[in-house]
Amino acid sequence: MDRQKIKTFLTLGLVLLSCLVLFWGEQYLGKFSTRVLNLAAIFVILGASMNLVLGFTGMFSLGHAGFMCVGAYVSAILTMSPESKEMIYFMEPIISPLDKIHWPVFPAILTAGLVAAFFGFLIGFPALRLRDDYLAIATLGFGEIIRIIVTNTISITNGSLGLKNIPPIKSLWVYWGFAIATIWILKQLINSSWGYAFKAIRDNEIAAEAMGIDIFKHKLMSFTIGAFFAGLAGALMGHLITSVDPTMFRFLFTFQILLIIVLGGLGSLTGSVIAGVLVTVMMEVLRFVEQPMNLFGLQIPGIPGMRMVIFALLLLVVILFYRQGLMGTREFNWDWVLDKVGVGRRKEKGVGVDG
Amino acid sequence: MLKIEDLHVYYGGIHALKGITLEVPENKIVTLVGANGAGKSTTLRAISGLVPVARGKITFRGEEITRTKTAEIVKKGITLVPEGRRIFANLTVLENLNMGAYARTDKEEIKRDIQRIYEMFPRLKEREWQAAGTLSGGEQQMLAVGRALMSRPALLMMDEPSLGLAPLLVKEVFRIIKDIYSKGMTILLIEQNATAALQVADYGYVLETGNIVLQGPGKELAANDEVKRAYLGKA
Repeated sequence: MDRQKIKTFLTLGLVLLSCLVLFWGEQYLGKFSTRVLNLAAIFVILGASMNLVLGFTGMFSLGHAGFMCVGAYVSAILTMSPESKEMIYFMEPIISPLDKIHWPVFPAILTAGLVAAFFGFLIGFPALRLRDDYLAIATLGFGEIIRIIVTNTISITNGSLGLKNIPPIKSLWVYWGFAIATIWILKQLINSSWGYAFKAIRDNEIAAEAMGIDIFKHKLMSFTIGAFFAGLAGALMGHLITSVDPTMFRFLFTFQILLIIVLGGLGSLTGSVIAGVLVTVMMEVLRFVEQPMNLFGLQIPGIPGMRMVIFALLLLVVILFYRQGLMGTREFNWDWVLDKVGVGRRKEKGVGVDG
Repeated sequence: MLKIEDLHVYYGGIHALKGITLEVPENKIVTLVGANGAGKSTTLRAISGLVPVARGKITFRGEEITRTKTAEIVKKGITLVPEGRRIFANLTVLENLNMGAYARTDKEEIKRDIQRIYEMFPRLKEREWQAAGTLSGGEQQMLAVGRALMSRPALLMMDEPSLGLAPLLVKEVFRIIKDIYSKGMTILLIEQNATAALQVADYGYVLETGNIVLQGPGKELAANDEVKRAYLGKA
């Protein structure tokens, strides 16, 4: 059988398998495990989208939490019922017409992404004229500005009290559906001529410009798309934990995503997926280190935040000894698997695009 | 083919080009020589639209291209091989070549051109699937030239192609330049290696702090005492 056909079958098989796993998970997994897995899906979306900006386009942007914040609030305000809005906004009533709006969840999540993308576009326009550390500082600042605006526009966002009673979504299908769709879209994007332009800009801006690539346009596009998916993830986050408040989206959150993409490999979607799941699951598993424990007769009281120390150490080790992360810039592909199991490779002849 | 009249470029307060006038005729090699900071690279960057032009006029095939966007200039047929082998290190050799054809849409012709580049540089063919960053210095320079040729330029501008290469490779680079030239390409070349550059060039300009101080046929300039003393290191 020809290799291309085998690959198509394998891909279909994988899709079927993931459907089965999701089906099984829906049926038999407990509430807690489902929640952790849903959170993992959100972190996969966040990791992949931030990787598009950092790993593939090479823009050191740290505003991801800000775009998440926009997405979370947009979707929450659009989907909450008018009654609960009336109850929650007791400091200052919500302005019209937002008080009457009661959208279904899916269009609200997509709108959240679009609004976040719009913010990304607005912020990217001035900020992307900077690069490297300066861009990092500017985007970090913008991220914080978004959060502070949200805290202070009380008649829209209910300020620091946050929002509660956001319609919950519990199904694994929704979160992983969005995660898989995100990965698929980003994969298509990265393998398109735009994607190659992103990578060329990352590798060498001057050469890319000399080849006739419009640097600013492509950077803005990558940044806006990254913000779109961050908004999507933020919206999902709101529906997962059913409440949002501005402190959730402090810039420390961005560093958690940064940890995922550095761990997985800057410039590898596969890496972001693996690390996204790994970090989220570890976050839960490692909760025991915050319990009081008895270490060789030494009584250690519970220290909240110990988990983060472990992640910080992990990040240090990765940066010092294993710079490229789990995957480097490599991606999972069937050719690699087929080579491993020894299915003969058709000799590449002439010029082709790696499929 | 390319005409520059009274070109002025500023970097902030620094007056980098103070009114340069030069001409590159079709099917010729023209070289700009001069010390560091004389404005050679700036001239090329201004032609490519990578730095803003303050005053002056650049025309290409009778059409004014001053202040045209780089992407448009590449489409019109002027491609720059930037200084210092700026290849895309994480992309494969093939992907690098494909990026060179970024402004083009004729897929079949692009494939054929890639084959032509491989014929010209068999080493690149061998390394087709390798990340460009793993190539040796000489191979990277070949790739940078090959990539620039992928845009099918009518005028190829090369900024210090022999920079940082071993003497043997420098010879190889000049062989390549002559080879490309013999296939009907017009070349505007910048070189620190003024001797070699003036040997291959039909015409040369000597730049000094943003001004053209001397010009003439390449071999004549190479023999000029003043040029020898200032740039060739001979008394």
